[in-house]
Amino acid sequence: MTRGLGRYRRELGVAAALAVLLALLAVKAPAFFAAANLRDLLVANAPVLVAAVGMTLVVLARQIDISIGSQFAICGVAAGLLAKTGLPMPFVTIGVVAAGAGLGAINGALVAGLGLPAIVVTLATMVVLREGLRWRTEGVWIQDLPERFQWFGLGQAGGRTAIVVAALVVFAAFAWGLRRLAAGRAVYAAGSDPEAARLVGIHPRRVVFAAFVFMGALTGLSAVLTAIQFIDVQTSAGAGLEMKVIAAVVVGGVAISGGRGTLVGTLLGVTLLGTIGPALTFLGTQAYWERALQGAVILLAVSTDALPSLVRTRGGA
Amino acid sequence: MDAILDLRGVTKSFGAVRALRGVDFDVRAGEVHALVGENGAGKSTLVKIITGAHAPDTGTVNIGGQALDRADPLLARRLGVAPIYQQPTLFPELSVAENLAFGLETGSAWRRIDWRARRARAKSLLERVGAQVDPDADAGSLRMAEQQLVEIARALGAKARVIIMDEPTASLAETEAERLLALVAELRASGVAIVYISHRLPEVLRLSDRVTVLRDGAAVETRPAAGLTQADLIRAMVGRDLDAVFPKRDVPIGDALLSARGLRCRAAGVHGVDLDVRAGEIVGLAGLVGSGRTELARVLFGLTPADGGELRVRGQALAVQSPAAAIRGGLAYVPEDRRRHGVILEMSVGVNATLAVLRAIRSGPFLDAAREREIAGTFVTRFAIKAPSLDTPVANLSGGNQQKVALARWLATRPSVLILDEPTQGVDVGAKAEIHRLIVDLAAEGLAILMISSEMPEILGMSDRIAVMRGGTIVGTLDRAAATQERLLALALGHVEAAAS
Repeated sequence: MTRGLGRYRRELGVAAALAVLLALLAVKAPAFFAAANLRDLLVANAPVLVAAVGMTLVVLARQIDISIGSQFAICGVAAGLLAKTGLPMPFVTIGVVAAGAGLGAINGALVAGLGLPAIVVTLATMVVLREGLRWRTEGVWIQDLPERFQWFGLGQAGGRTAIVVAALVVFAAFAWGLRRLAAGRAVYAAGSDPEAARLVGIHPRRVVFAAFVFMGALTGLSAVLTAIQFIDVQTSAGAGLEMKVIAAVVVGGVAISGGRGTLVGTLLGVTLLGTIGPALTFLGTQAYWERALQGAVILLAVSTDALPSLVRTRGGA
Repeated sequence: MDAILDLRGVTKSFGAVRALRGVDFDVRAGEVHALVGENGAGKSTLVKIITGAHAPDTGTVNIGGQALDRADPLLARRLGVAPIYQQPTLFPELSVAENLAFGLETGSAWRRIDWRARRARAKSLLERVGAQVDPDADAGSLRMAEQQLVEIARALGAKARVIIMDEPTASLAETEAERLLALVAELRASGVAIVYISHRLPEVLRLSDRVTVLRDGAAVETRPAAGLTQADLIRAMVGRDLDAVFPKRDVPIGDALLSARGLRCRAAGVHGVDLDVRAGEIVGLAGLVGSGRTELARVLFGLTPADGGELRVRGQALAVQSPAAAIRGGLAYVPEDRRRHGVILEMSVGVNATLAVLRAIRSGPFLDAAREREIAGTFVTRFAIKAPSLDTPVANLSGGNQQKVALARWLATRPSVLILDEPTQGVDVGAKAEIHRLIVDLAAEGLAILMISSEMPEILGMSDRIAVMRGGTIVGTLDRAAATQERLLALALGHVEAAAS
């Protein structure tokens, strides 16, 4: 039993931290648990979760993608422009997801095809995509969107439900796939030890390419789920998204060296980091502590990884 | 004359492996003392003790009258020890002059660098070793032989009293090797003590004043080189009793399942390989470290695809461009260095055992967890893998059990040909016997097995035939009845007469 739980030590740790935070809120600021507030929180974090699912794949495959903020901005603009052509929303969504997949494929081709380091490739595409978008749109927001754009035309209540449901469906599908599909296992194997994976007939490069494509597609979906919450599309959207998402993935226990971690951990990471900001407001602390506290949480989470091995080496000497 | 380097009664163990057993070894100023022995005889460990990388368990190391009493490479260097390896250890992105400055210039980290002096010293050192090398060239742009000369120049600059050369000529062309040997003679004349390690016995006999033969971690013989012959050395290197009992059985041999003709791969340094492995047969692949055994296995398995020649598996011509293609063709490869690539340590026993057969445990696109446990469970039982459960990470298992998991993974693919690279490296004696028994059982089931091993008794005790490699190709094949340690070693060393006798 202990062994079974030991493998999910990080997930349990983050869950415990979340529980403490919620308990604190329950005592000090019960207003936090008002239905409206919780709903706002869910809706605001649903798109983050979708992008974090993609990032989990990328990090599990021993890669990283810091260009998703720029991809997100482009996809948001694409969603607005497609909607203005009169295309029905389901097709708009499909089109944007495909566009995101295309952007991801560029990263994937450069990293997997040419063997360039992911951090450099995506740093470059981050800047190029962001500046390219600024050049095309000259920073002008996409306005006068059709009626059926905001909230998928379902009205605020229905639209919000749709956003949360969509995020949870994506999460569940990928969580299940990573555990239950041969492709999911190939991601773990390729990230854990590419050479060993190659020896068993897995193609690590294809895995890496696919991870980036999924990352792009999910960023596209995330952008749609965000854009429809507003009456117009900001061309500067998505700045800093990569940091938020990578932080959530790392806090959730996905090893940055690849091959280790779960989507449940990512869900917990998104929830914890997404709760800290609003919680501070409710606890009457200045909101600008949010980032500092998030940084502290990341450091704490990563340090707990080093702890057992430290103890072991000290003990063994 | 007194010895500059003096080792007395040095022993060293790594876990259960006794790498050195009471070795006495000394070198005098102006002497070349050669060190020869088979793979695993303890040469590398001895070098590591002299260079301060390891401390001996018992025994003493004296360098110029001062004791090297702990694992301290810096102290060894200060006492005048300079190692030169087969693969030079220069910083490829830095210039030759900068490389030569490391360890020679001292002072605070914030001192100003006198580039003019640095370059001038580099020039004079390079001249002393007769290297026509621009001090401003990147070290990485030099040829191997030139890089070695730079290393020797560095040793001279450090006023080394003991230079250790570990297979210095192994990757050099004939003329380059000749120049290096001439330089060694000059160094000797200037009073440096030289420890010379080489598999090239003619070279050893020509160059050295004394020769010490290491066998199974013991110095079995130290004699003046004058009057020794290659045959003497080979005899001393192998003079071991084959006391281990192997479970080898004679089984009916079938058709050739693996058949290579003129196989070559430039990138892997493998060429002109003709090889047959038949059903039920265990073919041992012998050779010294660096002879191309693992490289050949990697070519056969598509890790470095062949660029010429023909490969047939089960009689079918097969272009093995990737491991995936090799697996489909019926090949399986259990690599050397199990901890790195044989198993994935953080994954569970169940996942590891079925990783090569993801296709088989799928129903539609989905993994069938029950089938996975069934397959993994079968092998755990059959191989007697000691693991608390199928969910235990492989990292928590012993070396022998890890190796069994690696084997299980491949047998699950139902291969026709099994390539084993050092199958019992780093496993304890009990597990070793079990793995040997497994290998024999698999051959009896009609698998064709190609087994790479550096352990002479294992190769001789387990193989029906033994193919010996040297310089990237197979230089001879011996039948079980005709194979002796001396013949194998003579073939591996390229000493033809002894092999024929």
